[in-house]
Amino acid sequence: MSRLLALLQRETALAWGRGGGPLVAVGFYAGVATLLPLAIGPEPQRLAAIATGAAWVALALASLLSLDRLFERDFEDGALDLLTLSPVPLELTCFIKCLGQWLATGAPLAVAAPVAAIGLGASLDLAPLIFACALLGGLAFAFMGGIGAALSLGARRGGLLTAVIVLPLFVPPVIFGGGALDSFANGLPWRGGFALLAAYAAMAVALGPVAMAAACRNALS
Amino acid sequence: MHGNTKLSKRLDDRVITHLSIRDTAIRRGGRLLFDGVCLELAAGEACALTGANGSGKTSLLRAVAGLVNLDGGEIGFGAVDPADARAEGLHLVGHADGLKSARTAREELAFWGQWCGGGAIAAAADALELTSLLDLEVRRLSAGQRRRLALARMLAAPRALWLLDEPLSPLDARWRTRLSELMQQHLDGGGMILAAVHDPLPVATRSLELST
Repeated sequence: MSRLLALLQRETALAWGRGGGPLVAVGFYAGVATLLPLAIGPEPQRLAAIATGAAWVALALASLLSLDRLFERDFEDGALDLLTLSPVPLELTCFIKCLGQWLATGAPLAVAAPVAAIGLGASLDLAPLIFACALLGGLAFAFMGGIGAALSLGARRGGLLTAVIVLPLFVPPVIFGGGALDSFANGLPWRGGFALLAAYAAMAVALGPVAMAAACRNALS
Repeated sequence: MHGNTKLSKRLDDRVITHLSIRDTAIRRGGRLLFDGVCLELAAGEACALTGANGSGKTSLLRAVAGLVNLDGGEIGFGAVDPADARAEGLHLVGHADGLKSARTAREELAFWGQWCGGGAIAAAADALELTSLLDLEVRRLSAGQRRRLALARMLAAPRALWLLDEPLSPLDARWRTRLSELMQQHLDGGGMILAAVHDPLPVATRSLELST
């Protein structure tokens, strides 16, 4: 257990600094949210209609930013070799790495998500649900993103490849989360979409590390 | 008491006292690096692995660590299960040292010591004269100091088999001598060393040359 806690502490610290860390992710997120009114016009009614959806898609894109370095740096500097020479299964190591990624970037983005959505004109009542959806969605983005990051290990222009692999995996949480928020905003039943988002996040957390570990072993050999 | 005896027996079973490389072959990118390589290494022995650049020295070390798949032959660790041996019985120090530039030497040594199941951080740092450098970021260390930090990681968590990839190359004459002393102490304590080298390895009790 002490090994896992030490790894989580290290991964969170490294993720905090990786690719500019959470400030860059949140800054990127704020930038996208600011660009939207410039592109579609500043009318409050028009913005409010797309506020939650736009905030949600921007969240998915911001989650991509530091994913390509999740395994790549450890692969290049030999740390991934050393992490495998341990009693800790590689699957558990991958789980901890993604958890660190989520703590360092997913959680700050979840805090920024309601602010961005409300800034675009979403109702204040939506804020708690946006936060909850962003936390769960961030978990799905981190663990599904980890699969793409592991699969692109050693590839030239791995960052681009990671995005191409990962974006289709981001479709279900974007649909479920966006659907839940849209339903809530329109006074419709929203728990179904939220439950599906939670189920997808749980599946990503459970199965993602297995796929990541297999991809890492393949890259190392 | 009986339980303690059983526990000791179980732990002893995990200590590698023999490395057996039998008729191994490795291909990389479709090219045969080597074929039919054999080596038996017992406790207290060190083998200098030599050969030209690209002859497969690093690949063989990584294969012993289970990081590269063999295309023929097998590698055994005596009575110890290979998975246990690789998880808790060996250290690998290569060109890529796994150290993070933005972290301090103390943070890195503490993490890897803990990850490898040890905790003798202060003693390891002292043995490699790193104590005064521990609060520096790894990026501030010279190549030789980085190598000493990577070697300190091995001392922080004792394991029987050391796999070293050109361990002497970034070190100056004084530290080459000091490292040789540390390797000799390891061998005297029943350890084993398999080291890929271009320069002579003073503690080597045998050598193996790789050639295709």
